[in-house]
Amino acid sequence: MSILRPSTIADRPNSDILKNCLMQVSDASFSYDGQHNIFENINFSVEKGDVFCILGPNGTGKTTLIKCINGLMKLSSGKILFNEKNIYSLNKTEIAKNIGYIPQIHNSTFPFSVLDVVLMGRSPHLEMFASPGEKDIKIAEESLKTLKITHMRDVSYTEISGGEQQLVFLARILTQKPSILLLDEPTSHLDFGNQMRTLNIIEKLAKNGLSILMSSHFPDQAFISANKVALMKGKSFIDIGSPEEVITKENMEEIYNIKVKIVDIEHRKACIPLKVNGE
Amino acid sequence: MTKLRFRNSSQDANINDSNASKSWINNSLVKKLSVTSLLVIPLIILFFISFLIGRYPISPSEVLMALAAKTTLVNYNIPPSVEAVIFQIRLPRIMAAMMVGAALSIAGASFQGMFKNPLVSPDKLGVSAGAGFGAALAILFVAGPFMVQFSAFMGGLLAVGLTYMISQTFKGTSMLTLVLCGIAIAALFSAFISMIKYVADPYEQLPTIVFWLMGSLSAVTNQDILMVTLPMVVGSGILLLIRWRINVLSMGEDEAQTLGVDTKKLHIIIITCCTIVTAAAVSISGIIGWIGLVIPHITRMIVGPDHKVLLPASIFMGAFFLLLIDDVARTITTVEIPLGILTAIIGAPFFLYLLAKSKEGWS
Repeated sequence: MSILRPSTIADRPNSDILKNCLMQVSDASFSYDGQHNIFENINFSVEKGDVFCILGPNGTGKTTLIKCINGLMKLSSGKILFNEKNIYSLNKTEIAKNIGYIPQIHNSTFPFSVLDVVLMGRSPHLEMFASPGEKDIKIAEESLKTLKITHMRDVSYTEISGGEQQLVFLARILTQKPSILLLDEPTSHLDFGNQMRTLNIIEKLAKNGLSILMSSHFPDQAFISANKVALMKGKSFIDIGSPEEVITKENMEEIYNIKVKIVDIEHRKACIPLKVNGE
Repeated sequence: MTKLRFRNSSQDANINDSNASKSWINNSLVKKLSVTSLLVIPLIILFFISFLIGRYPISPSEVLMALAAKTTLVNYNIPPSVEAVIFQIRLPRIMAAMMVGAALSIAGASFQGMFKNPLVSPDKLGVSAGAGFGAALAILFVAGPFMVQFSAFMGGLLAVGLTYMISQTFKGTSMLTLVLCGIAIAALFSAFISMIKYVADPYEQLPTIVFWLMGSLSAVTNQDILMVTLPMVVGSGILLLIRWRINVLSMGEDEAQTLGVDTKKLHIIIITCCTIVTAAAVSISGIIGWIGLVIPHITRMIVGPDHKVLLPASIFMGAFFLLLIDDVARTITTVEIPLGILTAIIGAPFFLYLLAKSKEGWS
């Protein structure tokens, strides 16, 4: 059974890919030591309004890939074009004006108020010596309103639940006003309800013209909110396309090594893991 | 650039709300500012009281008249001895206590934000050990007070410079590497200090070195104050200008970078400013511990963690506390207690009390 099937990727027609293309990643590979690649031959593009979901088992390099895209790490080879400009030719401020990022893990130290945290999203738009003014506070408050968390404005962000914290970070990223959001497992610490609510917010943001690139451990989440899915296994994308094309019984069983069943439920498909006797 | 369309619609729907919340902002800003200004009042009161403390009795009216005479050029006929005590002895000492306290506190608050660790003090990168070495070396070579001060200042800069350069040669240049290098460099300079103590003349130089290391403001002159004013004002001024960025930096290096902050540049600016400010303070006062660790804590409890307010508030709190402790140091017994001892005796138990009482999760 071969893992790499580039033919399936090439077969699918990518109509007017350059027209709305916001970000294009080509031949991307990364290694820490110059010998062993964490990932290689990664090719994909994100268009305006896309929700692009990367699925894959633990340790395949999803987080590393996302960190390369936002400029925290540098690709060993390959190119990332953002609005047809090489991302490594942009400085940190320019990247931050265009690309918002929520890390998988956040370690808090000081009990800042929710508003203070959300205001930090203004930092790429402010000069070195400046601090946010009334205009910035207004933008931050609009973000709070968008996510319906205005009531938490003056609460310390260390004293709220993980789900609420995720909303605060989403509010911060909106305050940053980027055109693409990178979300590294945005639902990983959230309960069942908050997972759904976050996905709904993601979908809503995409409908309003933002592009979203997220990684996830749940194939179902791709069915719910994504319009493009890539499967990452063994350093590379093994398949890429619409959720219905990519999240198949064969693909899921291959990357996760479990038995699954793809079922049709109201208006969408769902991927359900099966319990196999004797395993 | 994409703008969210539904923001506009929600704006229309909530015009009344936004007016209400606007007045709220002003209220909370006013509240924060007024807390900071409340910290100034005790400082001003203590400033005047401190002139009255000492063996030579001076009345409050004499202090007020003398200060008024100096600032408004009106002659009040104050006895020259009173004027000498006020302007040659007590004023430099009061100014030194306030400036050193303020400097150590703003440096401590900035470092705690940068290292995102509330247990960091401004001497974490070796500035105090370096300054101690510089001072001890100058005393060993029988240099004058000016040279001791200058050598201490340069020693502090040298130690932190070494720490930073060595940390940059390592592969993972994280904040942890920097702190570990600082600990190593501080240990190295402490060993050099011990070596100088060992070879120093035990009747003249050794006691001088030991007293210098314990910290005192008893020998400070007006000239010393003028010497350190420039580095302290410039260093603190720059820290105050970038203080909001320290908020962003304290969210972690990766997050700050993705929020558009050039973290490396900001680190260098903060380290340089904190080191200059601390080295200037240590060069006139000797080594005074605990202020830079405890004051930012207490201030954070009063005004909250926002560095926009925390840094200016720390200046006032630090100035107040060291002035208070110095007043105690020069009055409690006939022989002066070294400041470093007093700050530790008061600071350490207070710090433990804060740790026990604290509700904030630091993990």
